[in-house]
Amino acid sequence: MSGIPHDHYEPSTTGEKWVEKRLPIIGLMYDTLMIPTPKNLNWMWIWGIVLTFTLVLQIVTGIVLVMHYTPHVDLAFASVEHIMRDVNGGWALRYIHQNGASLFFVAVYAHIFRNLYYGSYKAPREITWILGIIIYLLMMGTAFMGYVLPWGQMSFWGATVITGLFGAIPFIGEGLQTWLLGGPAVGNATLNRFFSLHYLMPFLILGLTIVKIWAFHTTGNNNPTGVEVRRTSKAEAKADTLPFWPYFVIKDLYALAVILLVFFAIVGFMPNYLGHPDNYIEANPLVTPAHIVPEWYFLPFYAILRAFTSDVWIVMFFSWISGGIIDAAFFGVVAMFGAIAIMAFAPWLDTSSVRSGRYRPMFKWWFWLLVFDFFFLMWLGSKEAAEPWASLSLIGSAYWFAYFLVILPLLGVIEKPLPRPATIEQAFDEEHPPASGGAMVGDKAATPAE
Amino acid sequence: MKLFTKALAILAISSSAAFAAGKAGEVIDYDFSFEGPFGTYDQNQLQRGLKVYTEICSACHGIKYVAFRDLAAPHGLGYTREQATVYAENFEVIEINEFGETEYRTATYPDKFPENNAVGAPDLSLMAKARAGFSGPYNLGINQIVKGMGGPEYIASLLTGYTGEEKEEAGTVLYENTAFPGGWISMAPVLWGDDVEFDDGSPTDIESTAQDVAAFLMWTAEPKLAARKQMGLTAVIMLTVLSVLLYLTNKRIWAPVKAGRKETTPAE
Repeated sequence: MSGIPHDHYEPSTTGEKWVEKRLPIIGLMYDTLMIPTPKNLNWMWIWGIVLTFTLVLQIVTGIVLVMHYTPHVDLAFASVEHIMRDVNGGWALRYIHQNGASLFFVAVYAHIFRNLYYGSYKAPREITWILGIIIYLLMMGTAFMGYVLPWGQMSFWGATVITGLFGAIPFIGEGLQTWLLGGPAVGNATLNRFFSLHYLMPFLILGLTIVKIWAFHTTGNNNPTGVEVRRTSKAEAKADTLPFWPYFVIKDLYALAVILLVFFAIVGFMPNYLGHPDNYIEANPLVTPAHIVPEWYFLPFYAILRAFTSDVWIVMFFSWISGGIIDAAFFGVVAMFGAIAIMAFAPWLDTSSVRSGRYRPMFKWWFWLLVFDFFFLMWLGSKEAAEPWASLSLIGSAYWFAYFLVILPLLGVIEKPLPRPATIEQAFDEEHPPASGGAMVGDKAATPAE
Repeated sequence: MKLFTKALAILAISSSAAFAAGKAGEVIDYDFSFEGPFGTYDQNQLQRGLKVYTEICSACHGIKYVAFRDLAAPHGLGYTREQATVYAENFEVIEINEFGETEYRTATYPDKFPENNAVGAPDLSLMAKARAGFSGPYNLGINQIVKGMGGPEYIASLLTGYTGEEKEEAGTVLYENTAFPGGWISMAPVLWGDDVEFDDGSPTDIESTAQDVAAFLMWTAEPKLAARKQMGLTAVIMLTVLSVLLYLTNKRIWAPVKAGRKETTPAE
């Protein structure tokens, strides 16, 4: 599958030959599993497995939860309590599914920032990157709709606030919002369609994940040096890579086990840590919670949404030139979705010819500032919409856009990159000097009995 | 990128930060037996709490998600099926009869506790999880792992937090309370000391009874707490073993590669 020269599957037995002639599925599995992978991948390259695992975990727990859940405004909350109290192991399924959403987003944010740092989005991996952004958007939609299903106070009011965003779109907004909700306000029709879509979208994500694996198996993995695997000969390719099995499978499984260790400690000992207490109160359209906040993984973008109030000059400017059609609410919505959409353009906004941030002395600073900005916005998103947080949100939002629109294009021109290793092999040997024996030092077990 | 991993860990910690906090007033950090990763319910305390609930709270509040059979469930109050059945007979539940009429009948073992909307008091089944008393340190909420979210602490603090001041507002009498957000609550003080009698001679002062019923309400909110912590512990131990094994496997597989042997065959 990949363009990196490597040994392909050769059916040896009669049975294998029979199957391979009719459906080359063994060959496909073999090539997928044995794909040459840059041998210098570091621990930030484990998130793909974590994400895939979490997707399966969420689908499996979700399917079982659906067997006991009732999507109706009068029954949904009670049915979740039924799951928590009366269904065998229901509490475990529900807590795993609920916290699984958070694990999913921890992994996806780590994965995204990994790509931003190592320039994984650059040619020839633009499609892989864009597929990732689409998956991320689908994840956000799925998580949002899933959060509505227990029909607690935060479910209801979160849905009311977020669907209200669509109402801010000029001309069509109100009609669109009614169409999305299935009525004038969040109600039974909303709950039912969210339930339906919450079941559908994970399978779209699964499909896109397979396409994404196809895409990056075609281009090959990026790696911490950003230097491509040599494809000129099989021997050179072999010096730069190792087969996915067993080297990266075991490494990824090790990382996954450690992450699941933390995950199950949270599920077992503090399962409501990332939730909101108000969601243990049944939805009540007549009582508005004191402080409506989305789940933590939406907070950075929620902060951007709220940052653009009508007294911000750029909002006033657009409002003026559009004759009032673009108001603060609509501007906020565009900013929020724009903050995500702009990431998809990173491959073309980043003008630097150097892929990895490791060899970009100026880029590094701006990158870490972006990471800081992300957490800063997350913190601001959890605050009330008042000063000084409103102004700080504006600064945070401005940096988010500036990073992609100004800093990435400029850095490529003004930055003087550091020298890069000629090959992955060279970088790997520098990291693990063969002379010193590398990891062999003091490691008797590592010497196979030869 | 190591820094980034650390940052993510902080993200996981900080996220629930401000929004788990709420604006509760003064919540006293009472010690409960079920706090921490190994804490479990104190059966005697739950039984005392049930008594307080039955004799005092149930006059106005229901616990509609709890069933009488739950009183005989493991890791809870430890009653027998017979005891739970006898207890259920104190209650009446609503049933629709064959003519479509609403009828009251004596509650039985599999029934749920009746709702109680008499004076518009909220259902208490989930109250201990619907309130967060505290989320320290620095609003990160990470001390939940040892102290819980403070729901039961909030309930106990509310019951003991009356100052004795009252005022009338729009025809409703409000009572000053140090734990209630806003400081004025429409619920009248219910505990005065010696409100119930315990068979085991446990103290019946306001603080003790408040803690007993708070513990009971934590159980109504999270009846599977013991099973959950047991699962957590088992999972942590098994995954620790698995992690160590995979670490060693990984190290062994990679050793020849890192030692610079170019021609490598996958480990046997």
